[in-house]
Amino acid sequence: MSDVLAVTEHRRGELRDVSYEVITAGRELADATGGDLHLAVISGDTERFAEDLDREGVDYIHTVSDGEEFNHDVYVQAIEALHAELDPEVVVMPNSVNGLDYAPAVANRLDLPLATDAVGMEYDGGLTVTREMYGSKVETAVEVGGDQQAVTVRGAEWPAAEGVGDAEISAFDVDIDTDAGSTVTGFEEVGGGDVDISEADFIVSIGRGIEEEENLDLIRDLVEATDATLASSRPIVDNGWLPKNRQVGQSGKVVTPTVYLAIGISGAVQHVAGMKGADNIIAVNTDPNAPIFDIADYGIVGDLFEVVPELIEQFS
Amino acid sequence: MKVLVTVKEVAEVADDFEIAGTEVDERYLEYDLNEWDDYAVEEAVQLKEDGPADEVVTVTIGPERAEETIRMALAKGADRAVRVWDDALEDVDMLDVETKTNLLAAVVEEEDPDLILTGVQSGDDALGATGVSLADQLGFQWGAVVNALDFDADAGVASVHRELEGGVEELTDIEIPAVLTIQTGINEPRYASLRGIRQAQSKEIAAKTLGDIGLDAGAVESDLTLTSMYEPESESDATIFEGDAGETAGQLAEVLREKGVAE
Repeated sequence: MSDVLAVTEHRRGELRDVSYEVITAGRELADATGGDLHLAVISGDTERFAEDLDREGVDYIHTVSDGEEFNHDVYVQAIEALHAELDPEVVVMPNSVNGLDYAPAVANRLDLPLATDAVGMEYDGGLTVTREMYGSKVETAVEVGGDQQAVTVRGAEWPAAEGVGDAEISAFDVDIDTDAGSTVTGFEEVGGGDVDISEADFIVSIGRGIEEEENLDLIRDLVEATDATLASSRPIVDNGWLPKNRQVGQSGKVVTPTVYLAIGISGAVQHVAGMKGADNIIAVNTDPNAPIFDIADYGIVGDLFEVVPELIEQFS
Repeated sequence: MKVLVTVKEVAEVADDFEIAGTEVDERYLEYDLNEWDDYAVEEAVQLKEDGPADEVVTVTIGPERAEETIRMALAKGADRAVRVWDDALEDVDMLDVETKTNLLAAVVEEEDPDLILTGVQSGDDALGATGVSLADQLGFQWGAVVNALDFDADAGVASVHRELEGGVEELTDIEIPAVLTIQTGINEPRYASLRGIRQAQSKEIAAKTLGDIGLDAGAVESDLTLTSMYEPESESDATIFEGDAGETAGQLAEVLREKGVAE
């Protein structure tokens, strides 16, 4: 019972990056527990996925071929059966939207303690995860009790596994009860429309710091004076102040401009996922401890309502 | 149809704060209704206003202090509230998902709702797991990270959009009884009206101990132990412009010109 079972993820025929990251996280953990690393590949083109996932450090790959797209009933039942078969010490799952749609049910059904959104894991006879609280303001070490545990890991915290592996790939038969009361009827792309911010070279992006909808005019003036493209973090779109196609982040667009000017944006991890690839990141924020400064190349610690008018002045 | 909404009072931390032991010093905390739950309450109240729901009940795990926050949800249109707390919970520094599942499931058994709405996560410990765990425990259907909901009362089916990463939404039909975890942006939460605030004063908040809901202290033994808390080390190597607003804006403008993105 020292093995690690890591669960991979795919969508619409493609493995998602986090699948390669759970291999790295799982391998590190299995090295510490002294066990093997097992991967679960569930639904879709499992044979092709398994070949892609056979990277350095993977010992066994178990494919469950039921279903095409993600379905939480299939995932929960497949993992439950694999857990019974393999008796792993830790199950590692992605802290993705779909991960959060099945991992809590897996933990509940198997009576496993669950630690979600881990950004670090350590094993020394017992499992301790590092996780953030209060919107990334603090980090915590959390001991996860019990003999066996379930963990979800944050995307892009572990590097993707590389190399060519020598895993034993085998089909795992599960008797899946498909009499489920939820049915996926389709997918929809959102965020189309008049502008594609992912093509922009200079983005002025606004966050919660703008406080009121009418204050957006100030940012629009800056956008006009500098011929920039306007974008925002999630709360602005949630409030209905800008359309969805302006949202940068995990659930919005990924952008890679020459310059990303983040104004009044704290830099939550979900936002950073959408803009960390910018060549130059400039942040304006009143809070010198805001995480946005961790990834910024240039910064102003100050009040946007004082700085932005001066900046507009510079280009008038 | 009865709708149950789980609401949590969360602590928000000031920009500058101190850590005492494994907690943020109380002086730097402000308490508020969890942002995601605000959207869940609004969605439930709209279901009542639009017809399908007859009653909206909120349930909270929290000490007496939380009643101020619960009143906010009542002022926005929830009909009544249940608050679970017990001396046995005082000493637990981090409630794990299993504990919250046990407590909420016990309340669900008493209330027998058709639909349960939770926030996707809480703003403080952000485990993001209680709703789905609860659904599994109850044998309900579920959907996580829902950002659009269309309810067909005759069929008893919730047609939802689940907000996946990268601007893609999954469209799913979910039969009730079900738990939906509600994402921000699904609606525009209202502000409580003066009339709503006045009415909330006379709405019921039923305080329940573990014994009241048929549980004992064993149901709240947490498997998660917070052993340390610290401020993440700043990894910043940003060039910070110094000076007043005019001076810093001038330096910023220079960088924009240098990079060739603005003239």
